[in-house]
Amino acid sequence: MSDALIGLAPAAARRAQSAAILPLAVRDLVLRFREATVLDRISFDLGGTGCTMVMGPNGSGKSLLLKLLHGLMQPSEGQIDWTGHSATDVTARQALVFQKPVLLRRSVAANIDFVLKARGKDPGRCDALLDHVGLGHKALQPARLLSGGEAQRLALARALATDPEVLFLDEPTASLDPASVLAIESIVGDARDRGVRIIFVTHDMGQARRMANDVLFLQRGRIAEHTRAADFFPEPRSQAARDYLNGRIVV
Amino acid sequence: MQNMGDAFGLALQLVFSGDADLLEVVMLSLQVSLTATTVASLIGLPIGALVAIGRFPGRNGVLIVMNALMGLPPVVVGLLVYLHLSRSGPLGFLGLLYTPTAMIIAQTILITPIVAALSRQVLEDLHAEYAEQFRSLCLTKLQIVQALLWDARYSLLTVGLAGFGRAVAEVGAVIIVGGNIDHLTRVMTTAIALETSKGDLALALALGIILLVIALGVNAAVQSVRMTAAKQAYV
Amino acid sequence: MQMKTLGAATIATLLAGAASAQDQSIIVQSTTSTANSGLYDYLLPMFEEETGIQVNVVAVGTGQAIQNAENCDGDVLLVHAKPAEEAFVEAGYGTSRTDLMYNDFVIVGPEDDPAGVDSMEDVQAALSRIAEDGALFASRGDDSGTHKKELALWSVAGVDPTEASGDWYRETGSGMGATLNAGIGMGAYVMTDRATWISFDNKQDYEIQVQGDEDMFNQYGVIPVSPERCPSVNADAAQTFADWLVSDAGQEAIGGYVVADEQLFFPNAPSN
Repeated sequence: MSDALIGLAPAAARRAQSAAILPLAVRDLVLRFREATVLDRISFDLGGTGCTMVMGPNGSGKSLLLKLLHGLMQPSEGQIDWTGHSATDVTARQALVFQKPVLLRRSVAANIDFVLKARGKDPGRCDALLDHVGLGHKALQPARLLSGGEAQRLALARALATDPEVLFLDEPTASLDPASVLAIESIVGDARDRGVRIIFVTHDMGQARRMANDVLFLQRGRIAEHTRAADFFPEPRSQAARDYLNGRIVV
Repeated sequence: MQNMGDAFGLALQLVFSGDADLLEVVMLSLQVSLTATTVASLIGLPIGALVAIGRFPGRNGVLIVMNALMGLPPVVVGLLVYLHLSRSGPLGFLGLLYTPTAMIIAQTILITPIVAALSRQVLEDLHAEYAEQFRSLCLTKLQIVQALLWDARYSLLTVGLAGFGRAVAEVGAVIIVGGNIDHLTRVMTTAIALETSKGDLALALALGIILLVIALGVNAAVQSVRMTAAKQAYV
Repeated sequence: MQMKTLGAATIATLLAGAASAQDQSIIVQSTTSTANSGLYDYLLPMFEEETGIQVNVVAVGTGQAIQNAENCDGDVLLVHAKPAEEAFVEAGYGTSRTDLMYNDFVIVGPEDDPAGVDSMEDVQAALSRIAEDGALFASRGDDSGTHKKELALWSVAGVDPTEASGDWYRETGSGMGATLNAGIGMGAYVMTDRATWISFDNKQDYEIQVQGDEDMFNQYGVIPVSPERCPSVNADAAQTFADWLVSDAGQEAIGGYVVADEQLFFPNAPSN
């Protein structure tokens, strides 16, 4: 199977043509809902390659941060700078896989087909994409009858169909069995190796260790620390991350 | 109550004797109301979809008007269509009054608001589920509308059914613009009205029973399609 | 035998050709009383076979029929309200009015006859008694020929029943059949044309109680709609139909229409 059919090589090629959107610089990002401040003066930089794991307890603002970066929400204050582009300008050059995959009420193949056609991609890539995520034999089955792991692989294939330069994943394996988790990680790792920038929210420590180049740790809407994986897992700098890793409650 | 027994007997007798006049009236009823339902869907579904996904000033007003128009009195619709299609009306030159086309027009006007308002609700619920994913995929408004209409297709069948039910059951509009002309514009409901006015209540009731059975058949057909779809989680 | 059939076919073809009426159709604006009695179902096939002109009947109240014809939504008007018909022609909507046929009105009531009008012949006296008694009376109340006639009879009797509207005088605002159904349902007297009554199926315990007064004569007229006022009308076919109705053949056909051994309409077109 060629990379062109899966659609990852063209992404790299296109990056050379159009103005790059990486690295990313986030400065003093604030998000408020009425009185509550849910993200508070977030600042960090992300380089052009690899996989960043976003971690932190429930309610720390991880999912909201992903939506802000992807341009699905507007911040109350602060800047998101994708190398000169605003977040809403680059939504189409990114893809987001949600925790609960939202699949169309159609067959497996039709879910991919729809996105390929809607985004003006080559419809002939459908089979290759399905094979790539191990769903080739289920192409004609109803998408909403897939198991949790299969559904998430389909969502991943759909995300890859858009040739993203950045792939956001919001706890995609939260409720999956170990085999499904590894299958997802393998597909994501493959995308990373082909040059797609991965930004991955997870609670799964093992997963974080397997995938991370760096870790962005959030607590109560703030960045507790942003550390290289090699430094984070042996000994986190922040008390919040240490408590989290030890299983202590830090809401 | 004796009428009820007579009516059932008569209904069976009419159906099994293959009465040609009855068949003609039944076919015209179906033809007029199914065509009206199709046209009303072509107009009403896009309207319902646009209002479902649209956020524009005056949207609440549009919703209120759409919902209110669901209660359009058939007689008023019939009268308005009559005044337009009458030879002395603005569209009189078309020569459509007292034709099945006039009846289709009247029923289309009657049920388009039903299709639009009910489909708006269905599509808005579906859109709530899809909206974030669609924004992530950067779809255009048109692509969103198309996807919603297609994915809600089985629910929208039920919406169409509601429109068809109202169309096939109404008498006020078609009797004014169709004229209840024998072999030309006589449908089930106007035939029932006629037999009632002739005092032949048993025959009127028999026709009513047949109409009910037809409506039941159409509903059962749609329901079976829906159930097949539900098995595939397409509903 | 074969020759005869051939001859009939030829004549029919010639007739049709003469009226240049093949594949033609006209709309007759008429009354519920004539339509409900089944007269058209009996007459029209004869006419259609003879001329090839298809006749479509819209049966509404006389008032609405005249209004529809004034809107040019019909080719022929066949109703029973002579003054209104004459006004229609006077105003230029119709070419000419011809007496066609008559039947008569009767007052029907429940068997127990609350106002005691059974077997009366004097309609004036009968109506007065109903009014005095305050016995229920169901009126068409729809500006139809029958309604107009009924109001005229009340007026002669010196009673204004509309003062008791909603009390004992019940205006249904509906056609003849619907008014009969309503009147029978509430035990009210109803004035109806004899043709509708004879062919009416839901009589229950009702019977004719007042009949035979000359004032209850019910005259029908036929009027082709004027092509000058309404260019869209099929004037030739309309005239053909009106001519046929008043011709010997048409008049004979009308006289031959019998329901339950009773003749419903009595042809009385002026012989030419």
